[in-house]
Amino acid sequence: MTTAVETVAAPRHRPGVLSRAWALVRRHTLTFFAVLAFAYLLVPIVVVVVFSFNDPIGRFNFAWQGFTLDNWLHPFDYPGLSGAVRLSIEIALLSSAFATVIGTLMAMALVRQRFIGQGATNLLIFLPMATPEIVMGSSLLTLFLNQGPFGIFGFRLGFVTILIAHIMFNISFVVVTVRARLAGKDQHLEEAAADLYASPLTAFFKVTLPLIWPGILAGFFLAFALSVDDFVITYLVAGADQTFPLFVWGAARVAVPPQINVIGSAIFFIAVAVMLANVLWQWRRQPKGAV
Amino acid sequence: MYYLAKTSLNSGDIFTGFTFTWAWENYSDAFTLYRAHFIRSLEYAGLATIFAFLISYPLAYWIAFRGGRWKNLLLLLIIAPFFVTYLIRTLAWKTILSDDGIVVSTLQNLHLISSDGRLLATTTAVIAGITYNYLPFMALPIYVSLEQIDQRLIEAAEDLYANRAKAFFKVTFPLSLPGVFAGTLLTFIPAAGDFINAQLLGTPKQQMIGNVIQSKFKVSADYPQAAALSFVLMAAILVLIVIYARSVGTERVTTGTA
Repeated sequence: MTTAVETVAAPRHRPGVLSRAWALVRRHTLTFFAVLAFAYLLVPIVVVVVFSFNDPIGRFNFAWQGFTLDNWLHPFDYPGLSGAVRLSIEIALLSSAFATVIGTLMAMALVRQRFIGQGATNLLIFLPMATPEIVMGSSLLTLFLNQGPFGIFGFRLGFVTILIAHIMFNISFVVVTVRARLAGKDQHLEEAAADLYASPLTAFFKVTLPLIWPGILAGFFLAFALSVDDFVITYLVAGADQTFPLFVWGAARVAVPPQINVIGSAIFFIAVAVMLANVLWQWRRQPKGAV
Repeated sequence: MYYLAKTSLNSGDIFTGFTFTWAWENYSDAFTLYRAHFIRSLEYAGLATIFAFLISYPLAYWIAFRGGRWKNLLLLLIIAPFFVTYLIRTLAWKTILSDDGIVVSTLQNLHLISSDGRLLATTTAVIAGITYNYLPFMALPIYVSLEQIDQRLIEAAEDLYANRAKAFFKVTFPLSLPGVFAGTLLTFIPAAGDFINAQLLGTPKQQMIGNVIQSKFKVSADYPQAAALSFVLMAAILVLIVIYARSVGTERVTTGTA
């Protein structure tokens, strides 16, 4: 009779164990999959960093030959590289500064004011983000080549055209970032400042700006990163000038010096450091500010 | 506002091109000469979008529901590839897939590819490259929409005797559709215009429409043809998006993009 008792007792017990086991298997399949997906995402980065220590024999840095620190000690020891990096940084700084100022003002206008064509403006903001880069780049190039309505300036393809192109695609991203920050903020705060006899300018600098500052900063960094990384649009409008991605492209046809990996890894480490600092900063703020 | 006005003018400039005659033959050429490139671009972009979806949905799901306190760090890992210049990332794939690299020799040892088989300069390599480069664009929106799902809804479904699979397909997945929609657009649109992967990881046989456009601009200076091609590409993408939006349902489109 003991067997009968067991068979009666088992159905109550077994589903719990089984489903728990099944849940465990499921959870691990998913985890396993996630780990694989992360590997897919991260392996190329590891390769870039590892091969920056490679000591290649030929002109191509595709096969591992031996460990060296030379590339890191002489990162600019390759003709044209330092100029390209400098140009990239100049363009990125200038274009993200301009885009941040214009973008912030536009975001404020879009959130705080009502004006004719607001809907159209909202739509146009998304246009550069929703267009394939190559189409964007070729429109800009045809504009510059035709001299367009602004032909009086007589742009030569180069620094100025790259800068204009970068400001243009960066503005959209700044507007979206700042607007997201601004939309959650209470307009009554500005009105309160005005009630306390603050001029609109004072209200802006004392109230609005500190409130949306994190959004502006995020927009600036985003713009900077996009500008440093952009290849397609820059490639089309650059003329003879070379930014770092263009240099890589040109170099990739004839040779791939490990210095490229060094600069690439350096950019990566700097970006990660900035992001980690930001995450840590938020983590430290959270216990005090949260809920 | 000045630059915005300029953006709208840009599309106008494409029409007139270089000679200022209404040279419609550029458009007919675009269809007859480069049809294969167009089809290939849309095909590669479509496949890459599907693969990116298949990889990033479970990944986003795992982070959203199992990530716990490490969520932010895991998200940082997803966008980590963005911190390495696009071209350098793609060159890294060239290293990984190179003929004497580990991947190729492992696959050869397992007899998954023939002993003189290669991965570099194949369609697989190009599609894998595109999938890789646009994966974060797919994963992030999906993550955001999964994260917003009220856990109580899934619990409610389970209380109503839905098993886990049913709860997922009836509750979780439909609720994450706005993210999927945004993700597919963010992946497909840039992927269709991409030419870097085809150039670095493929051969002329894998050339996409982006390659043709850029070489028309930079090498043969055939600006009107290139402009016509980019315009057709834009139009083709728009048409596909409209069809896609219709099939998914207008309601979801508005929630997906807003």
